[in-house]
Amino acid sequence: MIKLWFKSGAPWIWLNAAAVSTCMIMVVGVLGLVTVRGVGHFWPSQVTQYSYQEEDGSSKIIIGEQVETSVTPAEMAKATGHKMAADEETLVQYLIKTGNRDLTGADFTWIEKRNVKEYSDPLDMMVVERREWGNFYGRLVEVKENGQTIASEKEAWPVLQEKIAKTLILFKEIAHLEKKEIAAVNYGLERLRLKQRKLELEDHWDATAKQQIAAEKAAYDVDYKQYQTQLATLYQNIRRDSLVAKTESGATLEIPLFKVVRAFQPNAMSLLDKIIHYGVKVVEFLSDDPREANTEGGIFPAIFGTVMMVMMMSVIVTPFGVIAAVYLREYAKQGFTTRLIRIAVNNLAGVPSVVYGVFGLGFFVYILGGNIDQLFFPESAPAPVFGTPGLLWASITLALLTLPVVIVSTEEGLARIPSSIREGSLALGATKLETLWLTVLPMASPAMMTGLILAVARAAGEVAPLMLVGVVKLAPTLPLDGNFPFLHLDRKFMHLGFHIYDVGFQSPNVEAARPLVYATALLLVLVIIGLNLAAIVIRNNLREKYRALEG
Amino acid sequence: MSEQQARSHAIDMSSVLRAKSGRNEPNETCIKVENLNLFYGEKQALHGINMEMPKKKVTAYIGPSGCGKSTLLRCINRMNDLVDSAKIDGKILLNGENIYDKAVNVAALRRRVGMVFQKPNPFPKSIFENVAYGLRIQGINDKRILEETVENSLRGAALWDEMKDRLNDNALGMSGGQQQRLVIARAIAIEPEVLLLDEPASALDPISTLKIEELINELKEKYTIVIVTHNMQQAARVSDYTAFMYMGELIEMGTTSELFTNPVKKQTEDYITGRYG
Repeated sequence: MIKLWFKSGAPWIWLNAAAVSTCMIMVVGVLGLVTVRGVGHFWPSQVTQYSYQEEDGSSKIIIGEQVETSVTPAEMAKATGHKMAADEETLVQYLIKTGNRDLTGADFTWIEKRNVKEYSDPLDMMVVERREWGNFYGRLVEVKENGQTIASEKEAWPVLQEKIAKTLILFKEIAHLEKKEIAAVNYGLERLRLKQRKLELEDHWDATAKQQIAAEKAAYDVDYKQYQTQLATLYQNIRRDSLVAKTESGATLEIPLFKVVRAFQPNAMSLLDKIIHYGVKVVEFLSDDPREANTEGGIFPAIFGTVMMVMMMSVIVTPFGVIAAVYLREYAKQGFTTRLIRIAVNNLAGVPSVVYGVFGLGFFVYILGGNIDQLFFPESAPAPVFGTPGLLWASITLALLTLPVVIVSTEEGLARIPSSIREGSLALGATKLETLWLTVLPMASPAMMTGLILAVARAAGEVAPLMLVGVVKLAPTLPLDGNFPFLHLDRKFMHLGFHIYDVGFQSPNVEAARPLVYATALLLVLVIIGLNLAAIVIRNNLREKYRALEG
Repeated sequence: MSEQQARSHAIDMSSVLRAKSGRNEPNETCIKVENLNLFYGEKQALHGINMEMPKKKVTAYIGPSGCGKSTLLRCINRMNDLVDSAKIDGKILLNGENIYDKAVNVAALRRRVGMVFQKPNPFPKSIFENVAYGLRIQGINDKRILEETVENSLRGAALWDEMKDRLNDNALGMSGGQQQRLVIARAIAIEPEVLLLDEPASALDPISTLKIEELINELKEKYTIVIVTHNMQQAARVSDYTAFMYMGELIEMGTTSELFTNPVKKQTEDYITGRYG
């Protein structure tokens, strides 16, 4: 019987199905976990007030968001030093995000459920997101302007919201002035300095040049003075207001409003308010710069850096790989050498990516970049321009890493084009080159896109080599901005993959950063899916257009 | 452009002259093969072929599979150059000029000697672009000239009436017979002197085959045609001259009516009476 059952092939089919199901479960599990943990982070949770009795009998009040629940069996709890009553089977603990790191020194605290005497969600609980020291949890007491109380108790809340909105506008103006206008002035001054240095090096540093540079410098100085006075007024205005709040222990704390990102009362919010709050937070996450060692705020620079780097890589790798594949398949005499080259190319795809990173650092950055600096940027020495990790080198390193994929798929695409099509073109008097350009390459373009899709998928997720050739945890400027020459290939950049590593494992506040890790991971997956989808749509259009002959 | 016009004009004139001078006039030789040997590596595929193909006539190659008739055909527009292992010695003269001369530009030669293959091989482009392909290669992008040539070529291939409203459709959407006629239209769009047809109807149904054969009859007014075919009835129907090949050798060549009714060699007789092949 068993023998017959084996012969029927049923167990084999079950095995196959089981393998497929396992794969599916794992994929869905990964995406599900990342999505659930990542997406939930921005939802405003209830802030609960616990009356808590310590082991020694003293009681206190704890305010915070319940983040996690842990259930420990009694035996295990005893082993770790908890006193357990005879009838208790488990020890239930809550992880509470209490914030107020500036006062208590920690953001999180564990409490035991059995010691909670009473808990409630008072409507007036306030959460203040700050630019420093994380969240503040407590009750609003009053709002001050120039140290004078202008509203207190019940009237304070609307006044506070209004003041925060005003302060945020001022804050944006300051940010604009500092990051755009003054940065442009500084950039210009730096260029002038380099120009002067260059002229000195070339012995052209004469009276006219001096005069010219001095004039330009003077113009910048005038601009700078003007921005400086503007900034001074803005800073004066923004420092004017503050709020006073009471913590759970009854202590009062004055928080200047320019340190406040937003203040809200989650317990009093309606569902619609919460949805709006959620949307605002998501937009902030996608479009803002990071704050507080990357654990708060947005990750826009990382998204931008990732996409930019992948695009640069595609621009480099596609023509390079296609040209190499065309030579290998169409022009090179097939034989031992071409076979050897193919084997080498295929093996190149298997080299660990960090090795490419080492190569990129050693060859591109130090040798190539160093020489470029010596030849073209002697004026900026000893500061390197291209002789340091940056966007260009990262893109080239990844292009090298993904080159085999593009070559292999393009070659396969070229091999699939029926020889009758080539002969048809040649018979019409086309040269080999014309046949390639007009017929063969367009027909092979879907295969090239397939190669590019694979390359993008691999490159966007790569972290290890990038750490060596250009990614940093915090880049002060984007590689693309309004200062000539707009695209700054020499700049370092941020990357989602590295951001996950940095926030998750290098951050001073791991507990606070964990949801961000999931959110960032989700975003990385979405970015890769987005890039791939774009490429797949293009490929399918091409396929439809250049559908090969049947058979 | 003026040169092309002059050439087509000359062709028209000569067909008029020939019609006047009657059918039994001795024909001018268009292609002359002299002592042609072809090797695929070590193996010799063609043995000392000598033959002449007259201008504006249809010459058919018949013979069993593997006898070298397609190889010989592909020598006439140097398609065998694409095969790395192929080595050729001997001469093929096209209007007195050796096409295997070192000075010959192969692309220019193929413009003069068009070819249609066994399986229809339209490019995955629109019908219009398929026919215009050869012209575009020659750098002709004037829309008016292209449109005119495409129309004339499609008319010449008896395809215009069916396709005039579908010029921008993908050529791969056509039927096999239509595709084959499209490929012929594509070949005649560049006004070659010679048209090589390599079993043009073998992949087609009987009705499409009939259309192709009718087309060949019309085309020989303007072009010298060489056709390879498996089908002896087809050779008898469409050709003026027939060459019988066997094992890489030319056994016999003559006018079609003579070769089929009164073959000189026994091998030929055996083949056409169906004793082998």
